[in-house]
Amino acid sequence: MASADDYESVLEGSAESVASFDSNEKSLLDKVQHALHSNPAAVPLIVLMCSIAIFGIILGSKFFSPFAMTLILQQVAIVGIVGAAQTLVILTAGIDLSVGAIMVLSSVVMGQFTFRYGLPPELAVLCGLACGALCGFINGVLVALVRLPPFIVTLGMWQIVLATNFLYSANETIRSQDIAEQASILQFFGEKFKIGGAVFTYGVIALIVLVLVLNYVLNHTAWGRHVYAIGDDPDAAELSGVQVKKTLISVYVLAGLICALAGWALIGRIGSVSPTAGQFANIESITAVVIGGISLFGGRGSIMGMLFGALIVGVFSLGLRLIGTDPQWTYLLIGLLIIAAVAVDQWIRKVSS
Amino acid sequence: MKNRIMASAIGALALGAISTNAALADGHAVGACLITKTDTNPFFVKMKEGAAAKAEELGITLKSYAGKVDGDSESQVAAIETCIADGAKGILITASDTKGIVPAVKQARDAGLLVIALDTPLEPIDSADATFATDNFLAGELIGKWAAASLGDAAKDAKIAMLDLAVSQPSVGVLRDQGFLQGFGIDLGDPGKWGDETDPRIVGHEVTAGNEEGGRTAMENLLTKDPGINVVYTINEPAAAGAYEALKAVGREGDVLIVSVDGGCPGVKNVAEGVIGATSQQYPLLMASLGIEAIAAWAKDGTKPTNTEGKDFFDTGVALVTDKAADGVESIDTKEGTNRCWG
Repeated sequence: MASADDYESVLEGSAESVASFDSNEKSLLDKVQHALHSNPAAVPLIVLMCSIAIFGIILGSKFFSPFAMTLILQQVAIVGIVGAAQTLVILTAGIDLSVGAIMVLSSVVMGQFTFRYGLPPELAVLCGLACGALCGFINGVLVALVRLPPFIVTLGMWQIVLATNFLYSANETIRSQDIAEQASILQFFGEKFKIGGAVFTYGVIALIVLVLVLNYVLNHTAWGRHVYAIGDDPDAAELSGVQVKKTLISVYVLAGLICALAGWALIGRIGSVSPTAGQFANIESITAVVIGGISLFGGRGSIMGMLFGALIVGVFSLGLRLIGTDPQWTYLLIGLLIIAAVAVDQWIRKVSS
Repeated sequence: MKNRIMASAIGALALGAISTNAALADGHAVGACLITKTDTNPFFVKMKEGAAAKAEELGITLKSYAGKVDGDSESQVAAIETCIADGAKGILITASDTKGIVPAVKQARDAGLLVIALDTPLEPIDSADATFATDNFLAGELIGKWAAASLGDAAKDAKIAMLDLAVSQPSVGVLRDQGFLQGFGIDLGDPGKWGDETDPRIVGHEVTAGNEEGGRTAMENLLTKDPGINVVYTINEPAAAGAYEALKAVGREGDVLIVSVDGGCPGVKNVAEGVIGATSQQYPLLMASLGIEAIAAWAKDGTKPTNTEGKDFFDTGVALVTDKAADGVESIDTKEGTNRCWG
């Protein structure tokens, strides 16, 4: 019977090596993948540098000048500021379709409170900022407490806020000249200063300062790490003691406040208060965020990436215009960039840690 | 920029909101419908005012409909169907999609309704019973002539920025653009589209979406291309205001001539203050009130409105508004323009 008890024979063909650690030798591609995983803003930065270089070579000094470079900054300032708000929300695995509407309503409040009710413009600006924060608060409560999906909540709020904007303003534009005369503080972010050939507006400075501050807050404060934790896994975050609901509401309020700031900057950019402005800021900000390598599934990405993403769109738009192509090529290329950015994001996520 | 992508996004997400403004229906009163592109643009608001006032005067029941955004044709088709079902006698429409709306318009006409296109001609233009509109080519031509006359000899060395509406080249944008170039004395190439002209005086064509933001960005782009621009054509006054901001940012606002089309009240005020040199004023209120009168006549004895002689539509008139009248170009001053302005 002894020969029948040959239990070992079934092992034939199985792995025979002793359990061991994986070798640490990785291919170059693995290393790149790993580096990109730990530096999410690197890809958009590389794309930005390459596109500036390519357009610079093709167009020469017309494009590669301090004037044109800072013009791009001015042109993306609004989308960039709104994109900062969008980044916060997307990092929590949400999405905010109402950002553009909140921006426009806030700018209309700033204008109308000054001109319709005769409030001091400084106070009207505060009212506009409060209006943005309030819209964000409503979003936040509906998402965090009522537990509705962010897409649906902000889709609804987009319509509500936009309609409120049109009803309240009666689609009345407040002219640039009237604002300059009576309430020049509304145009504060449009004021400019020059360094050599470079032209900066306070709106551009606001964008850069805002992004740098948020970058610090997101990476080096408890609140910032909680935002990432919620986006990564809200249940795990809750179990680790993160106050998920409170943090979520604070994210939406802050996003609303930043949108109102964008509304203020918008007045500076276009001079007037126009209820029809900026209606596509939601899609443009999401585009910047996605090209900036921030994951729509939350919890991953850097706000610096959003800034680079917005600049890439700006570089492509101005560069292609100067070359003189049909504007449709800009949209086509931006579409390609969006898909490429998400594909790269998916690949990086597969990194073996 | 990126308007096309977003228009489809809006279309997908924000479908179908139609706003109705139904007056109390009276059993046997003549019914009429007004369908506008949106109900937020002051141009259409004024149109609605004109139609409502005339309808009340003539005892006509007016119902107003509008698309949610410019380009929302589904809502307009649904509105036409509603009007047919409602037994209205006639429809006044500013179509968002001038070709796409034609089958729905035909359905209405087959059902015995008088359909009048306001402001925007359908394609082909005879798809509607009549068209009451501004002669947009003439509107452009007036500002073109004025700009050339104001520059005098310098016109032959002008550097012209063309700030247009959209890359899809809707007819209103093409007519104004080509009218301006004709008036300025530039060879048009194909008058059915802009962008094929070879005259070196044109620095470039840029699109603005007809608002301040687009106007500013477009102007900045063209200034980067050629900082020496001294004449700016704009599709409408908000775009002109945006272009002015861009010029102000580089300190050129004093020595550039901006011309525009529309004649809205903020625009006329900008002419009075020298932001815009001259603008061609159109009359939406008149279009709408004439439209209601035509429907009343049709309901009474079946008479159809006739076209202005020599044109394939009824011309509701256009006037050049400027305080710096130029030789050989008829114009009204901003005081008169303010009396007649809309929005």
